[in-house]
Order: sequence, then structure tokens, then C-alpha cells
Amino acid sequence: MQPESQPIGTLGQGNLDGVSVGEHTQQFITFTLGNEEYGIDIMVVREIKGWTETTMIPNAPAHVRGVINLRGVIVPIFDLRARFGVGLTVPTSMHVVIIVAAGSRTVGLLVDTVSDIISVDPKAIRPVPEMGLPSEDQYLDGLVAIEERMVTLVSLAGLFGMATEAKRSFAPDMATTKAA
Amino acid sequence: MAKRILAVDDSKTMRDMVSFTLRKAGFDVAEAEDGKAALNVLGGGKFDLIITDLNMPNMDGISLIKNVRAGSSHRAVPILILTTESDGTKKADGKAAGATGWLVKPFSPDKLIELIQRVCP
Amino acid sequence: MMSESEAYPLEQFRKTYFEECAELLDVLQANLELLAAGAGGEETLHAIFRAVHSIKGGAGAFGFSSLVAFSHVLEGLLDAMREQKVDATPDVKQLLLRASDALADIVNAARSERVLPAEFASDILTGMEEVLAGASGATAPASAMSGLESANVAVQGERSYRIVFTPHTEMLQKANEPLLLFRQLRKLGGLTVDANTSRLPAFEALEPEAAYLGWTFVLETGAPESAIHEVFEFVEDDCDLSIVLLHEAAEAVSAATAASATEVAPTAVAAAEPSATVAPTPSQSIRVDVDKVDRLVNLVGELVITQAMLTEQGSLLPVDQYPAMIQGIEALAQSARELQESVMAIRAQPVKSVFARMPRVVRDLAATLGKEVKIVTSGEMTEIDKTVIEQLNDPLTHMIRNALDHGIESPDDRVAAGKPRQGTIHLSAAQRSGRIVIEVSDDGRGLNREKVLAKARDRGLVAAGVNPTEEEIDNLIFLPAFSTADVVSNISGRGVGMDVVKRNVQALGGRISVQSRFGAGSRFTMSLPLTLAVVDGMVVSVGKETFIVPLTAIIESLRPQPSDINPVVGRGDVLALRGEYLPLTYLHRSFAIGSAVTDPCQGIVIIVQSEGAGRIGVVVDELLGQQQVVVKSLEANYDAVDGISGATILGNGRVALILDVARVREIGEKSGVRTITPKEKTIEVREDMTHAA
Repeated sequence: MQPESQPIGTLGQGNLDGVSVGEHTQQFITFTLGNEEYGIDIMVVREIKGWTETTMIPNAPAHVRGVINLRGVIVPIFDLRARFGVGLTVPTSMHVVIIVAAGSRTVGLLVDTVSDIISVDPKAIRPVPEMGLPSEDQYLDGLVAIEERMVTLVSLAGLFGMATEAKRSFAPDMATTKAA
Repeated sequence: MAKRILAVDDSKTMRDMVSFTLRKAGFDVAEAEDGKAALNVLGGGKFDLIITDLNMPNMDGISLIKNVRAGSSHRAVPILILTTESDGTKKADGKAAGATGWLVKPFSPDKLIELIQRVCP
Repeated sequence: MMSESEAYPLEQFRKTYFEECAELLDVLQANLELLAAGAGGEETLHAIFRAVHSIKGGAGAFGFSSLVAFSHVLEGLLDAMREQKVDATPDVKQLLLRASDALADIVNAARSERVLPAEFASDILTGMEEVLAGASGATAPASAMSGLESANVAVQGERSYRIVFTPHTEMLQKANEPLLLFRQLRKLGGLTVDANTSRLPAFEALEPEAAYLGWTFVLETGAPESAIHEVFEFVEDDCDLSIVLLHEAAEAVSAATAASATEVAPTAVAAAEPSATVAPTPSQSIRVDVDKVDRLVNLVGELVITQAMLTEQGSLLPVDQYPAMIQGIEALAQSARELQESVMAIRAQPVKSVFARMPRVVRDLAATLGKEVKIVTSGEMTEIDKTVIEQLNDPLTHMIRNALDHGIESPDDRVAAGKPRQGTIHLSAAQRSGRIVIEVSDDGRGLNREKVLAKARDRGLVAAGVNPTEEEIDNLIFLPAFSTADVVSNISGRGVGMDVVKRNVQALGGRISVQSRFGAGSRFTMSLPLTLAVVDGMVVSVGKETFIVPLTAIIESLRPQPSDINPVVGRGDVLALRGEYLPLTYLHRSFAIGSAVTDPCQGIVIIVQSEGAGRIGVVVDELLGQQQVVVKSLEANYDAVDGISGATILGNGRVALILDVARVREIGEKSGVRTITPKEKTIEVREDMTHAA
């Protein structure tokens, strides 16, 4: 049996108090990968659920952790840590999957924890420093400072444009390595 | 209250186009795919206007009009015929059977709405 | 009022239109066949007419002018036939069949937005026009659609018209409302009205539905006289009407007298006659969006999965302690199964729609080959899932072409062999034990087994010393790269052989086989599942992973002896099976799965037909059992995965992937696990030519 999904509203209530959700603010759900905190547009988030065992997809890139049954729909799970190139997540029941709508597709993002909902004035978003990444790796939308924390905003579009690219270019190599 | 219109055509394309145009213009629309189905629908409610194709299986438009005019529940309701005939004989047949007016296919949405305003108080 | 925000969904209408065209073309084709066969009465002709008429009607709406033009002439011809001005002679019937084929091509061109050459089907058009012209008294089809007759308002000064309008009783009975006419007139300019009540009888003689009033209008307008006529367009035949131009506006004398009568109460009175309604007849069918049905199918699929899980859990309960619970679970299983069958039945459609396209295939090809062939169909009303029907067309077309090209002899050869000049192809469908069986048989020359076997040995498909049965020989023709034709022909299917047909059929979860008698003909038998949404699968395990192998793809499965496995240098392992050597593909290597059984003698070898290498053995750990599974799309939220055809959800809620066994070997090769390069791959793939000349 799968753990119950958690309604988004019960998350990180603290920060919602006293924040006026005005016309000019954008809301993000923040999550952590190790010590880093990231944010993703709340509008694309469908639900948040605990990690469950996945079914592997043969010869998929490492960050594709397999597929799960989400109420009868087959949904792929992407390991964001692996996606960001900082190693594979070793998931436990404490890990969290954020189900998002990426265009017409529904996919899950495996992260460590979900921490908060933040409201951000778009004017407060600072550009990501140039890191010399190829253009298809532009999956970070910007940086924003919240109470002395630094939150990196993730672009879903950038992420999945890249996911497809990565799979095409990496898949055969990985298969060979594993098979050898 | 929005006027209720029954659109009768065996072509789903035509029904879709007519219904869409009418609904967008604020009418209530019911559909039927031939004369028999139309009589059925008419038996189940009150309509302010009937728009019908002529060539249909089971019961064609002419028979439908005759039936409606012979019955009581909708005998005074305006009936518009949709026809692709341009030679006039079908129009005349429809008219003789009791049609209120006609519209030659293909027609524009505006033309349809204008026509309805002409015949439907 | 038309709102600006909501766009007119023309694309969607277009889509509906072409779906409808496909249905109409099928109806047209089927009824023309009836007509051509001399069967079918008046209603057949009416149905043909209506189909063409509907195609034309929609075409006009989308501005497909060549489609309108062609269907218009065809419609004219059909109308003349309906009115018995043109007889259904064999020539006319032939012309109609060709016209119907051309119409289908024009519809297809419109759908794919291709422009056909100007001379396309011009001979047919000319033919139809000649028949029409030759028919005495037949009215030539009106040359063009009158389209939107927009009122051309010429610029002119204000003029005054006197309009005298006296409705007949019929006008009111047709629901033409005088008041609305007045409103129309008033839109044209300044209007004064004078009511003429002279015909009004005494109250007791008043007929409530009769028309007694007449009116005289004076209209001052800049619009032309035609605009006034247009107002009365619908009522001209049901009233007395005169429109007279007054020379000067000042002559509108009667204006003063009529000033008080500008509004007139509606005169149409609906009488109450409650008993005369037409008895409602129950409708026989409803049209339902396929999406809705698919949603239903999905939900029932979920229900069945949940039920399977409950059954699994229930089997762990001690029967004596939970008798009601266990009974309930059994009852649920029964209802769920029946519900699933009923829902699947909604998607079922008669195979008629595909069968109806085959006579054309026969006609076209017979003409090209100079053969005389008739096609006889039966069981057209056998129902099968809509998704299967859609994918049945290609394999069926190919089989028919094959029978015509290679099976049926030329008329002279047939006569020489003591057969009728005209060959016959039988196409039949029937439902047998939960599957649909489609047969294509011909009374042609049949398979030449000696030649087939010689070729197979030559190609190394049959080892020396092995003597296959007659049936096995016949079925060799389905092997990839098998070809006995001495020349490559492009008739049977653009360079594809029966192996492609077999693959198409297998992709549908089906099987195909052939039976033949030399000199007497061949019969191809296809057996298909009734739906694609549910698959009979073998659940297999590889390491910790579970996969589903469609049962239809499995030839056999076995646990080999160590002596059966032979490594071939540089080509991997082969399995010796009854004198044949089959290459082995290790699923755990192809899919990079750890901690799996690596020795085939400890696991299981499943023999399947692969895409490019004939029969192969696929090595898995264990067979876990057979199960019906509901097929789910992997591609909805992910990409296509090579070697995987879909996914399903098992009783425990976990996802299991469904193997595309025909492809697993190619993955092995891509992953660098080279085994055998099948030598067949280097042979030029030729046209199937299973029938020896």
C-alpha cells in the first residue's frame, strides 16, 4: 500500500502567516537536497507523497529511478540529486516525491524533504551566476534570499528539455558499462 | 430564459457546427440525428425553433416537418431547413411541407444567427 | 451575441468531418457493392445518395472546393437515378464504383491537405456528365453552390416604396410571424404601417388560426428593392405582395393615417390539441465520445486490479473464520469480470468497416494484373475492439493482395487447369472461444511445398536432415527474408513479405497460419484477441524485476540441459533444440539487471519469434504464472522504451513492464552484448512469393 498523499496546504504553515499573497508575488514549494534548498513553482505541483519502490526502466539514465503506479497512471520518477549531477539518492521511507505537471506529462521528482511554501516578489529573484553550462542545462531559473537562506528556483521546462537530451546521449554508454 | 433550439442533422459535423454557433450565441441547443429522433426529443420538451437537414435516414426533413405541423406540441414553432440544394425544388418541397424558412449550406455562423433572429420572436 | 473570446473550433469540426467521411465512404462502398451485385432496393440508392450528399455538405462548410465539385456531379447522377431518369446499367454501376473510389481519394487528399492534379478523375467526371446529359429530361446539376447570397447594397439615395402585404392562412401555419417581418423592414429605413382590417369577420365567426389582416407599408430606404424582397423571401408563396416604388418621398401620404398602427400584435395562435402527439419511439443507439469509453475502460481496469489484489489477500484468510468475506470476494471477482466484458463490448465494432474496403483492393489489383477475381465476404457483423479494427486494415490488405498476386492464376491458366476463369477470394470473420478468427482463402494455385522447402534449406532456415511436416513447411513463408519469388514484384505490398504481416498480426496479440493444397488454393487464418486493452501474459522474473511476456508471443518455454547450450566463438551462446540452433538472449544482460540467474540451465528459456533473427531463446530466471493484465501506456508520461511495449499494474499495486519480445534481441546487440549476427540479415529481403509459378 502506498502512503497517503499529503495535501499541499498543511506544509510549512509558518511562513504563510502574514505573507500577503498579492498579485505580484509568485509562490514556490521549497525542498532540500542535502544542505541545498530549492524552489519549484507551486502551480505545477500536483501532490506530494512519500517514496515508494519503483519499477526500473531498462537502460534508462541513472537519474530515472523507474516508474510507479499513481492511481492507475504510470508515472516516471526522476532523482533530482542525480539530475543535478551530485550523486544518486539512497531513498528511504522518509524521502519525498513531488508529483508535478511537466507540460502534458505527469512526473515525480525524488527529493530529500519538502520544507516550505514561500511567496516571492519576482523583483527579488536574482539571476543565476554564469556557470559555463551548455545552454540545454539551463534548468535554474534564479536565486532568491528568504530569511537569510538562499533558495534556488528550478525551471521545470529546463529540467525536462534536458532530461530528454541526457537520456538520448547517455543511455547507450550506461547500458554498455552495466552489461560489461 | 434562453431560447431552446433543436438541431436535426444526420451529419455530426453539421450538428456540431450548428450547435456550437448557437450555444455561443446564447441559445439552448438539443440535437437529433434524424427525423424520428427529433420527434422523440420534441416529445420530451418545449422548443422555440427547429433547424433541420432534409436528407436523413429513417425519417427525412420533409416528413419531420409534416409531422411537427400535424402534431400539437410544436405545430406553431418556426422550422428552418438546411439544404445544399441550390435549384429551389427542395426549398419548395420544404416550404410546402410547412417550413418557415431555409438556409443554404454552406453558411456562415453570422448568417445562421441573423436568420434565427428573422424567424424566431 | 457572439462572444469574441471563444474561437470557432474549426479544427475540431474538421476532425469530426473526416471521421464522418470515413464512415460515409464505408457506407457508400458497401451499398454500391450491393447495387453492383444487383441486390438492394430503393433504400440502397437512397443510402448511397445520402452518403454523397453528406460528404458534399460538410465539404462546402470547410471550403474543399474540388470535393464539393466532384460530389456535386456524383450527387446529380445519383439523384437522376433516384428519379429513374438514369438506369442502373452495368456501365453506370461501374462508373459509380470508380467515382466512389475517386471520391475516397479526394477526401483523403483534403484530409492530408494535398492538392490533386487538375486532371484527377476528370475521365470519371466527364463520364458522369455524359450520362447525365444523355438522360432525357434529367436536369443538369446546378453548376455551383449558391453559397452565401449576400445582399449587395448598391449605394443609392433614399426612396419610398409602398408595400401591400396580405398573408394567407398557410403563412401563419408555417410559423412565419408578421411582426418579425415588420421588424426586418424597419431595419431597412423609416416605416409607417397601415393595417387593413376589412377581412376581419364577426367575433363568433373568427377562426383562431386563420389570417384576416393585411397591411400597407410605406418604407423610406436607401436599400435596393431586392432587400425588400429578401425580407419576404420565406413567405412570397404564402401571401399577396406588391412592392411599388413611389417617385417621391413626399408622396408618402398615407403616413399620417397610419401613425397609430406601427406595432401589431402577433397573430399566430397555437391551438391546444393535447392528444395528437406522435408516439415517441425508443432510440436504438447513442453516440458516445471515445474518450468517455476509454475512461470507463481504464476505471474498470483499475477495479479489476483492485479486485485481483483483494482475491490475493483473501486467499490468505482461513475459510472457516471468514466465510462471508471469502464469498464476497468471489462474488466481486465474478461481477468485475462481467463488468469488464460489458465495457469492452461497448468498444466493439463490426469488422464490416474494414471488410468493405477490400473489394476495391481486389478491383484495382485485378485490373492491373489482368486477372478476373471476385471477392466474397461473410461474417462482416462479427465485432472486435475498435483499436484492433483500426490496425487490421494493413495486414488484411496485404493478405488479399498476396492471394490475388500469387494465388489466383491468370484466366487462361485457370481454364487450362479446369477451373472457372474467374478466381474467388473468400474473406470471412467469426468469433471462436474469446478470439476473432479472420480467414482469407483463394482457389488459386496453392503453395508449392517442394519449392518452399528447397528454398528454406538453401537459406539455411531448415537444417539438413530435418524433415518438417507439411504444415511446418507452409508456415516457413512467414519467416523474415523468406522469398521464393523469382522476380521482385511491387504488387503485394511495396516490398514487404508475409513476415511483416505476421509481425503486424503479432503486434495485435494475434497469430497467423496458412494451410494450402497445391493446385487448389491457400487459406490464411488470423486469430486475434477481441481487445488490445487486456493481454494474456506470462509473468516472469529477472533478478528482482518482474516482466510480462504476452502469451501470443511465446512459442514454448523450457529449462535446457547443459549439453544443449553451446558457446559459439564471437557469437554468444546457442541452444540446440530438436536439431535447430537458436541464439540466446539474456534478458538480464539486455536490461542490465543485477543478481539474476546467469546460467540458462538454472533458469528458463522462452522461445519467441524475434524481429530480425528468426526464433530465439530469451533467458529469464523464472516463470511466475499466467495472468490477464490491463495494458497501460508508458509513453503518456515517459518516452518509448526499446524492448518494452507497455506497462501494467499487478495485483500488489506495483508496475510491471510488458516485453516487446520481437525487439529484445536488438537491445542486446545495441548494449554491446553481441551474440549471433543472423546470416539472414545479409540476404536481400525480397517480395514474398510463396506461390510457385
